[in-house]
Amino acid sequence: MDKTYHISSYCQIKNSRISLDGKLLFSSSIQEFQPFIKSAAQHLNTKYPKFYKMDNLSKLAFLAADILLKNAELDSNTEHNIAIVLSNKASSLDTDRTYQASISDTENFFPSPSVFVYTLPNICIGEISIKHQLHSENCFFIFDSFNADHLWINAQSLLKQQKAEKVLCGWVDFDDKNYEAFLYLVEENGIIAHNPNEIKRLFKTWQT
Amino acid sequence: MTKCYLSYHNITSSLGFDTITVFNHLKNKKSGIQLVEDSTRFYKPFYGAVIPTETLDSAFKTLKTLTEFTHLEKMLILSLSKTIKASGIEINNRVGLIISTTKGNIDVLEDQNHFPKERAYLGQLGQIIKDYFNFKNDALVISNACVSGILSVAIAKRYLKEGIYDHIFIVAGDLISDFVLSGFNSFHAMSDAHCRPYDQDRTGINLGEAAVSVLVTSDKNHLSDDAVEILGEGSCNDANHISGPSRTGEGLFRSITTALKEAHITPNEIDYLSSHGTATLFNDEMEAIAIDRLGLNHTPLNSLKGYFGHTLGASGLLETIIGMQSLHQNTLIASAGFKTLGVSKPLHIITETTPKKLQTFLKTASGFGGCNTAVLFRKVS
Repeated sequence: MDKTYHISSYCQIKNSRISLDGKLLFSSSIQEFQPFIKSAAQHLNTKYPKFYKMDNLSKLAFLAADILLKNAELDSNTEHNIAIVLSNKASSLDTDRTYQASISDTENFFPSPSVFVYTLPNICIGEISIKHQLHSENCFFIFDSFNADHLWINAQSLLKQQKAEKVLCGWVDFDDKNYEAFLYLVEENGIIAHNPNEIKRLFKTWQT
Repeated sequence: MTKCYLSYHNITSSLGFDTITVFNHLKNKKSGIQLVEDSTRFYKPFYGAVIPTETLDSAFKTLKTLTEFTHLEKMLILSLSKTIKASGIEINNRVGLIISTTKGNIDVLEDQNHFPKERAYLGQLGQIIKDYFNFKNDALVISNACVSGILSVAIAKRYLKEGIYDHIFIVAGDLISDFVLSGFNSFHAMSDAHCRPYDQDRTGINLGEAAVSVLVTSDKNHLSDDAVEILGEGSCNDANHISGPSRTGEGLFRSITTALKEAHITPNEIDYLSSHGTATLFNDEMEAIAIDRLGLNHTPLNSLKGYFGHTLGASGLLETIIGMQSLHQNTLIASAGFKTLGVSKPLHIITETTPKKLQTFLKTASGFGGCNTAVLFRKVS
């Protein structure tokens, strides 16, 4: 018989609020993303100097992942095969626009390698992998809107084919001033069933 | 157990607009790389492999469409139309579409580009390709740096094995734009001559542009005469650096190990290794270390970057299709630009295009974000 899988925890970041498993973890009156995420990282004791060098999308994905993976209390002496499957609408367009602005004027032509490297959406997966030493499967998908079905298919397949023990899944989008992260961890243990309806339900709960 | 195959395919590239033409050029050592001086498209001259606008437009005219498309969309549509036609498959709700690209229509962000800026959203690109061919399912867009093209094969396999689709068409493509040109320049990664993967005098990459497409199917009734079975795959992260490859080749080593395990084969059963070989100092050295750790030092290998340049999100799939032809024609293609080994581990780099009985090949790719993918294929017939 096929094993069943569960959503063991989920984390949401939107509108200057961060929640873990539906409970508010941090909120701020700061509307603007950069000072908000900085104060959140300080409040949550992130203590990771590289965090401050990341672009907006990576900061958003990194912090949500860090909250989930710290909460999972993984044994730091053993290796963990946690795959990462992330998705969004705007790819890396936020940083793409910044980079394009740096090359659009031939008189002020200053392409920066430290900006250019963030012009790929999967860089945020690299940042999470480095921090948590995950040498695991990863893929970044682009959807017009949150797509629970595709995330579910990929997580199920990775677990069933034993390519991963757990899968860190979700949506992490940064576009202009709008941002939202909804990340969740799928594994054997947990209470919430891993299926598209439950994924949609959790995603919608925090929309309201 | 569901078996998955790569079947009908097309390459639309600087070396021609169909796979056979392109492969014949490779056999004749013809490279698509040249000094590109096109001020209508690029802010500076560079060594690379481009599809000239006039060549693309005249080929695209044969499709007799009135809609206006971007350069990349034309490449993708042209390639996919040929693959769909060759396959004879009717597009119904059991047929999936995967689009693989790193930057999509990034050129629309340029001030002088007349397409709306919203065209830069990769979802829009997916919608445009879906609508053109009347796909019933939404496009699944994969953007995972330079492994995107080969990773899409691994993802397609997931969907077939899970029984979501019966057939999947993958189309992978990327442009050379001022965006990527200036970006790789800012990294000092660009070679100012033909690139030389694994050579001691290598000086960096050449960029290239291509669109390639393939049918992935689990139905043996829809196989081309050069079809290959997907034996196993793995995609593992280096967890080391976002823009530099691991010094131990960790992610690549693990990706190949995972693929071998799933395929139930040993390294010595691999007849040919189609590597990433970008011709940067660090990438080529990283690969040599991973290959050495796996004991694949005697496996004939090539990098095809000396023919096509680095075609980014298309490269992994482009090089896979060439691998399919290599197996079919029992021909190992010389690794263009290579003379003297310039990495710290011994490698068997193919220096002359030679006939050899081939059954099984391994395709690997690595990219920014620490990503690596390895897929093993075996000839069907």
